[in-house]
Amino acid sequence: MSSRDLILNRVRRALAGVPDVEIARAYRGPTSAPGDIRLFEQRVRDYRAVVHVVDEAGVADRVARSLAGRGARRVVVPAGFPSAWSAAEGVAAIADDPPLSAAGLDEVDGVLTTCAVAIAETGTIVLDAGPGQGRRALSLVPDYHLCVVRAARIVAGVPDAVARLDPTRPLTWISGPSATSDIELNRIEGVHGPRTLEVLIVT
Amino acid sequence: MRVALFVTCVNDTLFPDTGRAVVRLLRRLGVEADFPHAQTCCGQMHANTGYRDEAVRLAKRGVAALRGYDAVVVPSGSCAAMIREQYPRLAGPRGPFADAVARVVPRTYELTEFLVDVLGVTDVGAYFPHRVTYHPTCHSLRGLHLGDRPLTLLRAVKGLELVPLPGAEECCGFGGTFALKNADVSAAMCADKARAVLGTGAEVLCAADNSCLMHIGGMLGRQKSGVRVMHLAEILCATETAGVR
Amino acid sequence: MSVTFLGMPADRPFPRNAARAVRDSQLRFNLRKATGTIRARRAGVVAEAPDWAELREAGKAIKEHTLRNLDRYLVQLEEAVTAAGGRVHWAAGAAEANRIVADLVKATGETEVVKVKSMATQEIGLNEALLEHGITAYETDLAELIVQLGDDRPSHILVPAIHRNRAEIREVFAEHMSGWGRPAPDDLTDDPAALAEAARLHLRERFLKTKVAISGANFAIAETGTMVVLESEGNGRMCLTLPRTLISVVGIEKVLPSWRDLEVFLQLLPRSSTGERMNPYTSMWTGAAEGQEFHLVLLDNGRTGVLADEVGRQALRCIRCSACLNVCPVYERTGGHAYGSVYPGPIGAILTPQLRGMGSELDRSLPYASSLCGACYEVCPVAIDIPSVLVDLRSRARHSWPERAGMAAAGWVFERQGRLAALQRAGGRLRRFVPRRLPGPLGRWTDTRDLPEVPRESFRDWWDRTDGGRR
Repeated sequence: MSSRDLILNRVRRALAGVPDVEIARAYRGPTSAPGDIRLFEQRVRDYRAVVHVVDEAGVADRVARSLAGRGARRVVVPAGFPSAWSAAEGVAAIADDPPLSAAGLDEVDGVLTTCAVAIAETGTIVLDAGPGQGRRALSLVPDYHLCVVRAARIVAGVPDAVARLDPTRPLTWISGPSATSDIELNRIEGVHGPRTLEVLIVT
Repeated sequence: MRVALFVTCVNDTLFPDTGRAVVRLLRRLGVEADFPHAQTCCGQMHANTGYRDEAVRLAKRGVAALRGYDAVVVPSGSCAAMIREQYPRLAGPRGPFADAVARVVPRTYELTEFLVDVLGVTDVGAYFPHRVTYHPTCHSLRGLHLGDRPLTLLRAVKGLELVPLPGAEECCGFGGTFALKNADVSAAMCADKARAVLGTGAEVLCAADNSCLMHIGGMLGRQKSGVRVMHLAEILCATETAGVR
Repeated sequence: MSVTFLGMPADRPFPRNAARAVRDSQLRFNLRKATGTIRARRAGVVAEAPDWAELREAGKAIKEHTLRNLDRYLVQLEEAVTAAGGRVHWAAGAAEANRIVADLVKATGETEVVKVKSMATQEIGLNEALLEHGITAYETDLAELIVQLGDDRPSHILVPAIHRNRAEIREVFAEHMSGWGRPAPDDLTDDPAALAEAARLHLRERFLKTKVAISGANFAIAETGTMVVLESEGNGRMCLTLPRTLISVVGIEKVLPSWRDLEVFLQLLPRSSTGERMNPYTSMWTGAAEGQEFHLVLLDNGRTGVLADEVGRQALRCIRCSACLNVCPVYERTGGHAYGSVYPGPIGAILTPQLRGMGSELDRSLPYASSLCGACYEVCPVAIDIPSVLVDLRSRARHSWPERAGMAAAGWVFERQGRLAALQRAGGRLRRFVPRRLPGPLGRWTDTRDLPEVPRESFRDWWDRTDGGRR
């Protein structure tokens, strides 16, 4: 007998005569209300990420100032990222075409992305490899990640985000910069992922 | 209302003062409790040590002894929790034992539940001019969810200064036979609890369970700390005229 | 049936391991500090969720429903993963799982793999098994790295190096990093940020060049075939994203029926485990993502045996959050090594004896490694009634004859009120002769605690003499 059949048979034997249970979902489910921008801002900041709130006209300037502040000169910009936002003076926007090697990604100063969904309650941004986000490695290897979040993408809580996302796409949920609690269970920012996360909320 | 006192084997044998205090306290509040003599032990030690068959025998004996009463008062959080939580599991879904358990369980009250919920009293007219700290005990806290009842009763005691116990919700390390089977861990937990008690500067450590108090008190005594342990019932029973006992 | 292997030697009983641990003052200090920190953080973020009780109830019900339909959901998961370009393998035990993984790695021609922290691969001893095939597995989670470099054993589900403080970690890094790759900087301090930086530098190149990664998964969605991994550092993302081949070893109880179920567990798990509203990174992928080769190894290794147990099967609801460890007063004083299993603490005390059986003295002693204080049940995000399972397992453990004799004697006394009364009277008469130190196993009480004074008169005799105090 294959191990597959062996396991499935054992499961069926173990479950003979065991009744099923009802699942009550009395918790707060998805809502149609938009997410609270101020709450999102505050919750992202709680993770010690840098947060700015700007209007549409101010994005390009804010991006340029953030990159300049970091001293970032070579920045990966995924396909579909609004070109008007990444036209900072003195900054080379590097496309992932042909795809950059991991070592190549390790040499850039940072990455600019948008996001698919953002969650106010938990201060989380979710990337789904869609336009302006690129493949997963882009927001991982560079040490600096600047994410532009349109207010319309902000939802209230986790159930709203799950409802909006497409599971067939590779998803990365990001809540603050890379961190660890492995030393005496104190949270320290900055291990393998980007050590600096900067979030621009566009109202 | 016919009220039975389930005094528990530990109180019956080692701490009769607690049983007497419950009887006198209830009498002062107008309740004449009965002491069904057939009662012995609720079976908790056997159940929790893995002797299920003996526990079932004792549980059957227990519910038979308590049959026909409107309320059963238990001056021990863990024994009350044994009856309420474990008896239904020991009895299973059907049969005469299960029926007897189903009658007794909803009528079983830990002492402070009986005072606050059934009699509706929070000031029992007690007087106890001492500095007291309260240990909530695990089964009272997480098993029975006694919540603020004991503290409410203590706060109403005249002359009593109630001081909070740091880390109160943490287990003292008694755990029945755990204290013998894992004596080193048990003693380490108890030492931390004793340290917390001493840090409060209280003269008296109070709880609603004498088994935990026997454990903590045993260590406080060994350390010659001078802190007394007292069951809550004995404090509530004390009055200006009657004194402590 | 062969004995299920759980990645740790099972030699001495828990009380003996614990006795040694409680005397290790450095260990006690490290654990107290770490568990104290995490308890407070968890309590804060749980209190913040207004629907925590409802989430917990739903989490419990979803897991329970899944277990009751496990065969159906496993087949559905297999179909979904396969349809998305992944390959599914089934492993009945540890040896088979290890063989499958070793063969998959060998087929790539590689001899080095990077690993994301995973309990399942710890459980089956995968690293050791791979080494026999000439394959070196590099742990990339910071705590796992500390354990691997220090040739140590994990002592916590979430933070395997919780027993180590920063000074000890600095020593491990300074001494052993060079043997595994890039050495630690010469001027390494015990500042946690410096230690994290050293780990970043040590592993950076390895991430960029290694072609095969091995992971576990927190959840596997039957409906869509999606795998979910929660982590903090980004080492998980590195392993899941950069290598060409990804192999995930996942216990069969990790399956969830539907995508929507994540809305519950992505709230329960981070708040319970690291005490955060959300962990820094969660990766989700379905089948062969972004051109990767993906293999899913579904692992039984004793789980179906647990599933057959009416009381004990609730242990399979566990989502490995560690909240029960962090709140347990016994764990806080003994640490994880005393449990002799990769699953320590309260959940380990019910999982290990069920997976491994109670053949060894250690495994028989684990259900007793608890004062039954109930703190574990209270914090469990899927409401596993650990105290009840402990009590149930105790009733199936083999007991020593002196204990059986003592319990039988106590049972005999309690069976008649007359016997109890006679014993009480005898005690009252002999009260002056009670020694300060008791002999035999009862001496374990009097080693550290005084005995209560035996009263002259029992309560029942007082009642009879005074008519309940009315005379």
